[in-house]
Amino acid sequence: MTDTAVTLSKAEGSPGPLKRPAARSRRSQQVRRNLSAHGFLIGAVLCFALFSWYPMAREIIMSFQKTHLGVTTWAGWLNYSRIFHDPTFWTAWRNTLEFTGLALVFGYAVPFFTAILLNELRHARGYLRVLVYLPVMLPPASALLLFSYFYDPTSGLFNRILQLLHLPTSQWVQSPGTSMPTTAMIAVVIAATWMNMGAATLIYLAALQNIPGELYEAAELDGAGLFRRIWHVTVPQTRLILSMLLMLQIVATMQMFIEAFILTGGPGVNDNTLSVVDLIYIYAFSMSGSSNYNSASALGVVLMLVLGAFSGAYLWLSRDRG
Amino acid sequence: MSVVAARAGTSKRRTAQRSATQRTLISKAQLNRRGSKLTYRIVLTLVVIVFTLVFIGPLYFLFTDGLKSTQEAGQVPPTFFPAHIHPGTYVTAWNTLSVGRLMFNTLYYAFGALAFQLIFDVAAAYALSKLRPVLGNAIFGMMLATLMIPSTVLIVPQYLTVANLPILHMNLIGTPEAIWLPSVANAFSIFLLKRFFDSIPSELMDAAAIDGASPLRALRSIVLPISRPILGVVTIFGFVTVWKDFLWPLLVESGYTPTRETINVGITGATTTPENLIIAASAIAAIPTIIFFLIFQRNILSGLTAGSLKG
Repeated sequence: MTDTAVTLSKAEGSPGPLKRPAARSRRSQQVRRNLSAHGFLIGAVLCFALFSWYPMAREIIMSFQKTHLGVTTWAGWLNYSRIFHDPTFWTAWRNTLEFTGLALVFGYAVPFFTAILLNELRHARGYLRVLVYLPVMLPPASALLLFSYFYDPTSGLFNRILQLLHLPTSQWVQSPGTSMPTTAMIAVVIAATWMNMGAATLIYLAALQNIPGELYEAAELDGAGLFRRIWHVTVPQTRLILSMLLMLQIVATMQMFIEAFILTGGPGVNDNTLSVVDLIYIYAFSMSGSSNYNSASALGVVLMLVLGAFSGAYLWLSRDRG
Repeated sequence: MSVVAARAGTSKRRTAQRSATQRTLISKAQLNRRGSKLTYRIVLTLVVIVFTLVFIGPLYFLFTDGLKSTQEAGQVPPTFFPAHIHPGTYVTAWNTLSVGRLMFNTLYYAFGALAFQLIFDVAAAYALSKLRPVLGNAIFGMMLATLMIPSTVLIVPQYLTVANLPILHMNLIGTPEAIWLPSVANAFSIFLLKRFFDSIPSELMDAAAIDGASPLRALRSIVLPISRPILGVVTIFGFVTVWKDFLWPLLVESGYTPTRETINVGITGATTTPENLIIAASAIAAIPTIIFFLIFQRNILSGLTAGSLKG
């Protein structure tokens, strides 16, 4: 980097011996400026290199290698064919997509309507905003342990409430069913939504406050009812935020780990809450006897490609009006 | 993110201007009609009651279950109010799960990570925005590219790297640096900071340079004082991220005596402990964050729209 600076100032300084001192000082100034700039950068760049860029490359390389008795050799597509032939791989993807889908129904629709509702109220707004965001601030383990306590089939609160209402009780997160949507996964999504919906709600609320009131005025004069006003004014006016929240929600929910890990121990009954990140964790760190970093890396690469596509779409959407 | 940040900025300004007259879905005139007024009252009351039940209700059980005795907590059917107040459960939970130690660990990791993040990321964003070195844009681009790959995906190679740092051949597993240093690689903080620094007029920087201020001096005396709001946002979110993280501390800090785990990992791992002790520990773990939130509520909620879109 400093090389370029030096050559540049050399070219400027060449014409005559008279100009030399000025040129040299300008050159050294430029070099110094660049050096100090890189000095400011070095800490962050090193951390990025060690903990972000290098692991990214390493994950791809490792996914094509195998390690036997400490010797690492090239394995080609072996790891990939192994994970594709593992039935739990498809179970994990199916569950992850199920979680993402359900989380969109709950975690995306609920904040949307909550924000619209809160935006209409003229009282208690501060209180309600704090309320919605409070669970987001809790340590996730606290919130999830609390829910696993509520979900307890025998002594849990939720079944008690169902009993009091004379409704059939449920096994909640311990339901063995595997046909979609599974009760266990719905229970996980309910807990996840309670924990996380505050952020989306408040971001959406901020977007709603940006809609010019005249548009509603005009729609009303044209005879549009409440729902048509939502559909023809609110939605189009916040489309950008809506689509960005959608991408974010997808990327975040596809990394689901802690929710199932605490509520069902991870895989759950019959693997019905096993997620892709959990499978990576199991492959790499908790397979009895043989932890397999290489297969875990291949899984990671697959997830990286899928998430990369969604994140790319998100960045592309948020790009043009930045 | 940029859009949300920009929009939230304008929206705040605009609401400040027009909050009195702002028209939403339902017009004022419509609300002032007699029937509508009544409906509005009913809806408002319902919303307040339902929201309080949904969001405070679980917290009520979080705190009261810790007041029950172990016997009452496991009782079928469960009780809604503790029959006998039993504050001893909190004490037992505090001791058996060494909650104090876990909280201290978490705070130590969080503050350390924050310090590293503020020093390195502010310096980097400042260099990228104001000093503009050769290759600066390429570096910034590579940093932004990491936003596309969430770190959860990279846990395996990240873990192996931390266990044996390239060139230095150091093992950071079990040390606080295993949490502090990776937290610096936060492209989102750098992005937010750089965007804010970009908005500082270059005349100001030129004036400082003419007065003979070094880049460090200009950063300290000009850039940092102006940047308080964005530093607040980065601070809060840097802190909260470490506080809420789970998978990474689970991998790098588990299995030591005395425990080096974070509060999230520590209270989860205790599977043999009676349920009400775990709930009591969860309640203790929740108290600092609730207090933190209530104090910084304003900054957090306005910072959220300025760029919390992560996590």
